[in-house]
Amino acid sequence: MKARLTAPNPQLNELGKLKHLLTLEGLKQHHLTEILDTAESFIDPNTNKIKKVPLLRGKSIMNLFFEPSTRTRTTFEIAEKRLSADIESLDIQTSAAKKGESLLDTLWNLQAMQADMFVIRHAESGAAHFFAQHVAPGVHVLNAGDGQHAHPTQALLDMFTIRKKKGDIFDLKVAIVGDILHSRVVRSQIQALSILEAREIRVIGPKTLLPEHPEVLGVHVYHDIEEGLKDVDVVIMVRLQNERMKSALIPSEKEFFKRYGLTEKRLALAKPGAIVMHPGPINRGVEIDSAVADGPQSVILEQVTYGIAVRMAVMSVIMSNAAQLTQYQAEQEQAALSEVEMENAQ
Amino acid sequence: MQELDIDVTALLDQMSRDLIQKMVDRPNPKMIGIRTGGEWIARELHKRMQLPEELGVIDIAFYRDDFSRIGLNPEIKPSDIPWEVEDQHLILVDDLLYTGRTIRSALNEIFDYGRPASVTLVVLLDRKACRELPLQADVVGMQLACSQKIKATGPDPIKIIISEPVEVTV
Repeated sequence: MKARLTAPNPQLNELGKLKHLLTLEGLKQHHLTEILDTAESFIDPNTNKIKKVPLLRGKSIMNLFFEPSTRTRTTFEIAEKRLSADIESLDIQTSAAKKGESLLDTLWNLQAMQADMFVIRHAESGAAHFFAQHVAPGVHVLNAGDGQHAHPTQALLDMFTIRKKKGDIFDLKVAIVGDILHSRVVRSQIQALSILEAREIRVIGPKTLLPEHPEVLGVHVYHDIEEGLKDVDVVIMVRLQNERMKSALIPSEKEFFKRYGLTEKRLALAKPGAIVMHPGPINRGVEIDSAVADGPQSVILEQVTYGIAVRMAVMSVIMSNAAQLTQYQAEQEQAALSEVEMENAQ
Repeated sequence: MQELDIDVTALLDQMSRDLIQKMVDRPNPKMIGIRTGGEWIARELHKRMQLPEELGVIDIAFYRDDFSRIGLNPEIKPSDIPWEVEDQHLILVDDLLYTGRTIRSALNEIFDYGRPASVTLVVLLDRKACRELPLQADVVGMQLACSQKIKATGPDPIKIIISEPVEVTV
């Protein structure tokens, strides 16, 4: 008997469809495009407005933010409201966990409140996987950022923004600049760009802010920003994650801006019409100049708007997959019953 | 099975005449087709009536009442209503009126865009005996029995074949 080479992906159901969204690692192109295409449908093509729809009426979603967040938490909440779900946002930081309750006890207590879906952000890598392992069947988990591991919905909304602005991701050269080492967003962005077959992914930053062997991620490494920005279609700036740095990895923020900050002059090295992105929060004068952040090539605020549509899409696709699985199981059961009836009749 | 090839052009001509008459008291109407079959029919009626405003198209996938049973249609596309709905006389077009659930979903979606002055419902084919909700069309191309099956292809040309089981007597 052949040994199984890879473990089954814990975020896929028996039909190979998403039941949780924990990471983009191990997903196929069709998983991502299904979400991106669905997100497209939530946007009114004439006004760019995102409509409210009754899709998740009667479903209960709990937002568990063990780590501070403004943008992600707010866009998740808006997305849930636009899907007409019942939502509860729990201030976990100042409640049970602070009193010493274990994550598992917190989960079981919340599950007893009949949640259909948990959206979880946690400072520990793997927290969302842990939740997914222990939730009851039929309950879904979305990772809203865990430690340095993954931030899949942010990467998906970045891909959606690129697609909206550039038509397709295939054939694009994308540069990611800044603190690559500590960023969960960058890990997920690189995975998404690889799955969607971007022509070239470049990472630009000082050696101290890059992982030890970045080339294994399938990226081209640049330590000189001017060299790295040449001819790219998309520039993604990322924040210095000071809160995750265990020692001084750069001489100073001023020095970092001097060597790696995105200025108008440096942006001119990219392709004409290249777009500038940033997952936020932005530090003006540290990784990006205000003239660029607010300039005509910046799509930073559109990323935030599209984040709502993409999060609506993730939640609807996951709930839709659950409905299809239930339907499939009912059909299988019916078929098995019919077979028994046939046998009995013979 | 007995098959019947429908003369869609003749039906559409008659429907547009009925519709023009129906809309006499409802000035400057705007038309919406329900994707996909309804959009095909709406395009033809829109052309025949020479309506000045662009045709609107809605996809009712997010409004269906069976989402929790069958999930989303993977072919879903954005709805596109390129004008204000508020206080407008609308003509809502579909290819088939069956249980009435699609029309209910379409009305819900339209009301999320605004409160129209009126909605006139137009369908090419109507299976009245199969209705599950209290809805009826204002203009109908052809009435069908519940037992009749429909095969439609389009959009150019729109072709409808109706088939019905033939009773075999020995």
